[in-house]
Amino acid sequence: MPPHGLLRFFACLLLALPALAFAAERTPKPFIVIDKPGQCVEAAEIMRREHPDMLKHQRDRTMREGIRTRKYSLKECVECHAGAKTASVIGEKGFCQSCHDYASVRLDCFGCHASKPKLASGAKP
Amino acid sequence: MSADANEALSRRGFLAISAATLGGVMLAPGIRLIEIAGARAPEQAASKRVRWGLLIDTNKCAPGCDDCVKACATENGIRSTGHPRTDPQWIRKVELKDPRSGRAHSAPVMCQHCEHPPCVDVCPTGASFKRADGIVLVDRHTCIGCRYCIMACPYKARSIVFQEVTDQNPDVPRGKGCAEGCTLCVHRVDRDQQPACVEACAKAGHNAMIFGDLNDPQSEIARRVAKYASTQIRADLKLNPGVRYQGL
Repeated sequence: MPPHGLLRFFACLLLALPALAFAAERTPKPFIVIDKPGQCVEAAEIMRREHPDMLKHQRDRTMREGIRTRKYSLKECVECHAGAKTASVIGEKGFCQSCHDYASVRLDCFGCHASKPKLASGAKP
Repeated sequence: MSADANEALSRRGFLAISAATLGGVMLAPGIRLIEIAGARAPEQAASKRVRWGLLIDTNKCAPGCDDCVKACATENGIRSTGHPRTDPQWIRKVELKDPRSGRAHSAPVMCQHCEHPPCVDVCPTGASFKRADGIVLVDRHTCIGCRYCIMACPYKARSIVFQEVTDQNPDVPRGKGCAEGCTLCVHRVDRDQQPACVEACAKAGHNAMIFGDLNDPQSEIARRVAKYASTQIRADLKLNPGVRYQGL
């Protein structure tokens, strides 16, 4: 970097510092787009904290006992939360993956489970 | 006489109605004397009163026809990865020929859904299990891909997935590193539909496969099994498979 470029960089940094310090949203937030607004199966706070337990509980009941209620099923999550553009819950801006990337929690559901609703996966361009 | 007959009829009718009512009466919440026939409600667990089975008539199964195999692949999202030797195989056609008589016939072979499944015995994690209604499945959440079940199965019905799987059917989750096999289209059975292979066979007009509840004496499969000679493959192993063959 030429010396004047370096100078300019530090000047910018100095100017930007107060703005950064007083900005209301300093921490980065995950990119969450909800294309179908409305009530999820539980309140958002409960969903944020407890969705892994709900899914795990449901998965055992469905897999082992054949109970196929739709309320806490992963298939229903995907049906509702798949992005309008990508028709998927994964990918950089996908509903599931964007938040899991942010929280640095590995998301392995979609190694096996479909990340797209049935209609969208069937109707490919 | 006619009055008598009428009275007898009405009495019989009354008895039938009361029996039906009694049958439907709830003994305790969720427990009935006689389960009302029809589709199981989504919140109801699979019942051990049911034993799902298949009856395959090899006389009607045309050699070279693979409608069932194709239907299975479409339904369950099984695509060739370009490595035919290691591709997962849930159902295959086996061609048989008696060299003495020259009689040739063929039959589809898939997971035989044993009453005493060896794959379940050997599974170290409990991933391989038998559902209450007799369907033998792999719980991929606990499968570690050790392949013991593949070796234990005398019917070569289990496969392992070597490649990443994409574009799965939302009803049929499948993925790399897990053992898998025919599920009797459990997702369809739970919706009161027939397995894809049976449907395809009937649609093509072969009618070589029947699916149903072996425990229900009124079902077509149970009536046929009671009436005609049918065999289980490797019956000597005493695994009591739910898949039976006619004309083998």
